[in-house]
Amino acid sequence: MIAIEHLTKRYGSTTVVDDVSMVIERNSITVIVGTSGSGKSTLLRMVNRLVEPESGRVLIDGRDTAHEPAHLLRRRIGYAIQGHGLFPHRSVAENIATVPHLLGWEPARIRSRVTALLEALQLDPAVFARKYPHQLSGGQQQRVGVARALAAEPEVLLMDEPFGALDPIIRDKAQDDLLDIQRRFATTIVLVTHDIDEAFRLGDRVAVMSAGRLLQYDRPEVLLKHPADTLVARMTGLSDRAMRLLALTTAGEAVVPGASDGPGVASSASLREVLCELIWRGVDSANVVDAAGAPLGRLTIATILAHGRPS
Amino acid sequence: MSVLGVPVGQPRSARATARAARIDRLGILLTLLGATALVLLPFVVLKANRIAPGDPRALVEVLPRWAALGTEALLVLVAAVALGVARARARLAAALAGIVAVALAVAHAAALLTPPGNAVVRVAPGAGFWLLASALGLMAADAIARLRPGPAMRVLALAAFLAVAGLALAHGTFDSLSIMREYAVNADRFASEAQRHIALALGSLGAAVLLGLPLGILAHRVPRLRPAILALLNIVQTIPAIALFGILMAPLGLLAAHVPWAAAIGIRGIGAAPALVALFLYSLLPIVANTVAGLRQVSPAALDAAHGMGMTPWQALARVELPLALPVILTGVRIVLVQNIGLVAIAALIGGGGLGTFIFQGIGQTAIDLVLLGAIPIVVLAFSAAVLLDALVEALDRGRR
Repeated sequence: MIAIEHLTKRYGSTTVVDDVSMVIERNSITVIVGTSGSGKSTLLRMVNRLVEPESGRVLIDGRDTAHEPAHLLRRRIGYAIQGHGLFPHRSVAENIATVPHLLGWEPARIRSRVTALLEALQLDPAVFARKYPHQLSGGQQQRVGVARALAAEPEVLLMDEPFGALDPIIRDKAQDDLLDIQRRFATTIVLVTHDIDEAFRLGDRVAVMSAGRLLQYDRPEVLLKHPADTLVARMTGLSDRAMRLLALTTAGEAVVPGASDGPGVASSASLREVLCELIWRGVDSANVVDAAGAPLGRLTIATILAHGRPS
Repeated sequence: MSVLGVPVGQPRSARATARAARIDRLGILLTLLGATALVLLPFVVLKANRIAPGDPRALVEVLPRWAALGTEALLVLVAAVALGVARARARLAAALAGIVAVALAVAHAAALLTPPGNAVVRVAPGAGFWLLASALGLMAADAIARLRPGPAMRVLALAAFLAVAGLALAHGTFDSLSIMREYAVNADRFASEAQRHIALALGSLGAAVLLGLPLGILAHRVPRLRPAILALLNIVQTIPAIALFGILMAPLGLLAAHVPWAAAIGIRGIGAAPALVALFLYSLLPIVANTVAGLRQVSPAALDAAHGMGMTPWQALARVELPLALPVILTGVRIVLVQNIGLVAIAALIGGGGLGTFIFQGIGQTAIDLVLLGAIPIVVLAFSAAVLLDALVEALDRGRR
């Protein structure tokens, strides 16, 4: 658990981060979203002390991060940034081994960890370990950046706009992969983005920031249904908030007993996707099936629409 | 006038332009230079003694008929390749064959013109020889540039060139030529002055790297110091070499006169000490400026990642910043080394020694061959240093881009 308590940072007369407090749960993805200049990156960088706060403190599992040397703290915290920041003069394997190397791991342990990470990120170690960053595609570079951040089994992974440099299709895949990795390694992830869709898609909890202040910090559906103020409502999207809400719920969560003569839809599909399918086919209901194809129940357009309302 | 709508004469002129386009432009220039050299300028100059005015001789006058005609036929063939063959390998082979032929011809001419047992008569390469050699050298350099060899190939080519030249010199192929006659007289001093030359150039470079690298890192880290440091070094760079040697004489002379240990380690107003100090001062600017430029072009994302993953500032410097800045820093080292090899020649003026000694002695005695004995090795040294360091920079750069 990470407890951020009254963090404030000023540069000259401008307050970049203004008295922010929040609690980040273990084994979850927390997304900090805001426009540029909202202070979201500065807030993230105060967690691993790349920026030292003016006042306030950060506790990781109850221990004040100010009480140990910054470089030792950072070796326990994964760090992935936009444009990956890979070292161009080091091979993929050497890049991934950076923190284990700093921590003085045995060479054999480093090798097996690098291999395991490359495999987990769908990069064949035999092909990629010896390559240099400039020989990789943008998506591959981004994955190596994530592998490097995860190399020393960090308690927390900080990500600053990690998908910012990717084109939309590759970004979609990278977001899926991140959800998969989070489940597999049970990592606590704090991610900064300016993209509200990305925030809702990835975040178990989303923090909305503007002008250095934390406006609201809650689960995505709460942000949509009960925005704290008009600014949050505007940022989370007034015009299509019903559709955003539908995108947050899966067919499996909304399914009701019964059968339908409509098409079959996967229980993992979002209500938004099911609704689109029904509109497209011109039918009123669908059968929800699980991964094995066994029927779970049905969904009607009326049931779906009910989920798109604030209460 | 036209036939069936096609202007008459068009096909012929089109063919003519196509043919003209195929003639190599550099080849035209080189052929003109070569022809001028061969027809109008003396191939060798015969002198009654080392400082006497020369008696010009053409190629056909000194070589036996078959050798002169053979050499000329080969040069015509080389010119044909230069004009009409686009393949770089063929051009390189032709140029090298031409260089070997001209070098052997001048060596042979010198041997024929020198009366047996006469140590006074000198046969020097004439303007025609130098112009021919330059044209052929230009053709070879152009062909190598067109081949775009990798760093390893360029170093190999340099090694091969030095090996062939060295073997020919050791074998005595050129022993009758005036420059080698001067060498024979100065052989014992030549080796020590050459060593001195290299030691002065490398020593001042080493000292400049030792101080310039930390100074460059400091200027990079503390932006407020940067303009002051670079401005100061820029001023040093603008002082002419001879003036700087002169300026240094007084303080170093005083130091030697009043501090016993300074004199004991060889510090004097004239000699190697002021030369080394002046060269060191000249070397600082390129090293410091390139260190700053190299560190500035390190990707901010890579540096942010280095700090974010828990490297200490020293670790980030040693493992990320300096390795990434290295190609730019080495470019500075290359500039300094080539510059110093040339500047050391002037050090001879203040008793610093080195190959410049022969140059200034030769000027004093109006013995141009002695000047060349100093100048040619300096050119070869500077050229070799440039090729080696360029190859090193490129090899380092290749793995990263």
